[in-house]
Amino acid sequence: MRIDKDLIAASATPLVLAILAEGESYGYAILKRVRELSGGELEWTDGMLYPLLHRLLRLGYVTTEWRSSPEGRRRKYYAITDEGRAALAEQQRQWLTVTRALNGVWPGSVGLLPALGDARG
Amino acid sequence: MDSVEPQIAEWRAHVAGAPAVDGRDLDELEDHLRDQIAELRAAGLAADEAFLVAVKRMGDVDALSREFAREHSGRLWKQLMLGDASEPARREVGWVDAVAFALAAAVAVQVARVAAGFPDEEPTWLFRNAGLLVLPFLAAYFARRRQLDPRRWLLAAAPFAVAALVVNLYPYREGSATEALVALHLPVALWFAVAYPYMGGALRSHERRMDFVRFTGEWFIYYVLIALGGGVLMALTALILDPAGVDVDRVAVWVLPSGAAAAVVVAAWLVESKQRVVENMAPVLTMLFTPLFAVMLVCAAVVYVATGLGGAFDRELLGVFDALLLVVLALVLYGISARDPSTSPGWMDGIQFVAVASALVLDVMVLGAMVARIGDLGFTPNRAAALGLNLVLLVNLAGAAWLSARFLARRSTLHRLERWQTTYLPVFAVWAAAVAVALPPLFGFD
Repeated sequence: MRIDKDLIAASATPLVLAILAEGESYGYAILKRVRELSGGELEWTDGMLYPLLHRLLRLGYVTTEWRSSPEGRRRKYYAITDEGRAALAEQQRQWLTVTRALNGVWPGSVGLLPALGDARG
Repeated sequence: MDSVEPQIAEWRAHVAGAPAVDGRDLDELEDHLRDQIAELRAAGLAADEAFLVAVKRMGDVDALSREFAREHSGRLWKQLMLGDASEPARREVGWVDAVAFALAAAVAVQVARVAAGFPDEEPTWLFRNAGLLVLPFLAAYFARRRQLDPRRWLLAAAPFAVAALVVNLYPYREGSATEALVALHLPVALWFAVAYPYMGGALRSHERRMDFVRFTGEWFIYYVLIALGGGVLMALTALILDPAGVDVDRVAVWVLPSGAAAAVVVAAWLVESKQRVVENMAPVLTMLFTPLFAVMLVCAAVVYVATGLGGAFDRELLGVFDALLLVVLALVLYGISARDPSTSPGWMDGIQFVAVASALVLDVMVLGAMVARIGDLGFTPNRAAALGLNLVLLVNLAGAAWLSARFLARRSTLHRLERWQTTYLPVFAVWAAAVAVALPPLFGFD
């Protein structure tokens, strides 16, 4: 299944924030987590993650720090801030509303809403 | 992984060609690439295969560069059009346009000058219309360059039409203060009117507003450079023609006003297309002068508070202080626009805070003196304009001081500070327009 470009772009911010809410991380690990969460269905162009992270940084949703990786390379770690958590909560509300509406008109669809509900809990 | 080191270096150099990607971004991207290669190799791929797959996954460098440019428009701002294929062609047109509009401005100024009989006579309508003779051409240049649709062309033209009517239909008294105030404030208001076509109509975009701030700063630098060059040219011409018995003043009367008008458009064109040439100038100038101004402001604040001279400002000194506060504001604004928003607070931000805080103290004292003066002597157009300007500045400086203190304490982001300034820009525009439009009738055109 190929997921629409706009949908990927729209879901990128909440996804990254939610992953960072699990704990601090760095670019490559975030992408791996995205693939894992989506069962490989969400295919991002790797490089595009970084402008997104920089935007979150500018908005104050994440902080960043350069540290050494276990392999001894310099690596940039990102951690979510309180503002980032607030933004994530807001995003969750919006996505829930959207999926609730979609569930209402899609006969027989059940999967989406409970899954998001779990993610919130 | 040694076998792909040269390829990685080559890839890095290739990505480094993208103007909006800086060295630390490269480190970050390279780290990612190496992780990807390591994982692919662990899965059994050969080194060069792993490299190819990793690069492919990273994405097309042009697309990546565009994406970085969108986020870091500040770094990129040297090439305002987010580099697309049509760029070279448009640049050619830009050159022709710039010359055409510069010539038009030069001719307009000359026509007005001849009509007014300047410099033998000095009718006041010439001075209060100065901005209207030049800035519409700058606005038109941008409207064409940004390819505005007809509706936006009209919207861009509207402020100039209104200003032309208001300024010329008001019945000013002979030598009135309101007329002088209009001559002073109208160019400022019209400069903000240029912002509309400059931003391509996207007035709400804070990023475009910041671009306009950058543009204004760079434009100023270019204009000063052109003026210096023009001055040297004029002086040499005078020296050379003088022995030949040519009356230089008569030449200067033609060259100077036209040159000054045309330079407005030419400087804008230079900022648009030759950004790279002085791209490092603005941050360097800000770095250089912000600390110097901070020291000066602290000294001034301390001296005035300690000696109690604060109550005895006279009119000239008030004017000087207003100019000083405006310069500080420009430095701060320009410092923010040139700063990399992703770095944490440093000593420059501390110095900037000191400058803003001292400016705030001075502004409060100026305001106090002004209110006392108005209490004693009542309102005049000049006092009303000065009081308003100081209030506008006070609110801006107070907000800036508060936000930069929070930023330094790491309780807020630079983004907030930037937003405060870009949100505040229309206040300056409205104030300048109000002085030009509302003040004269309020004071009976006196």
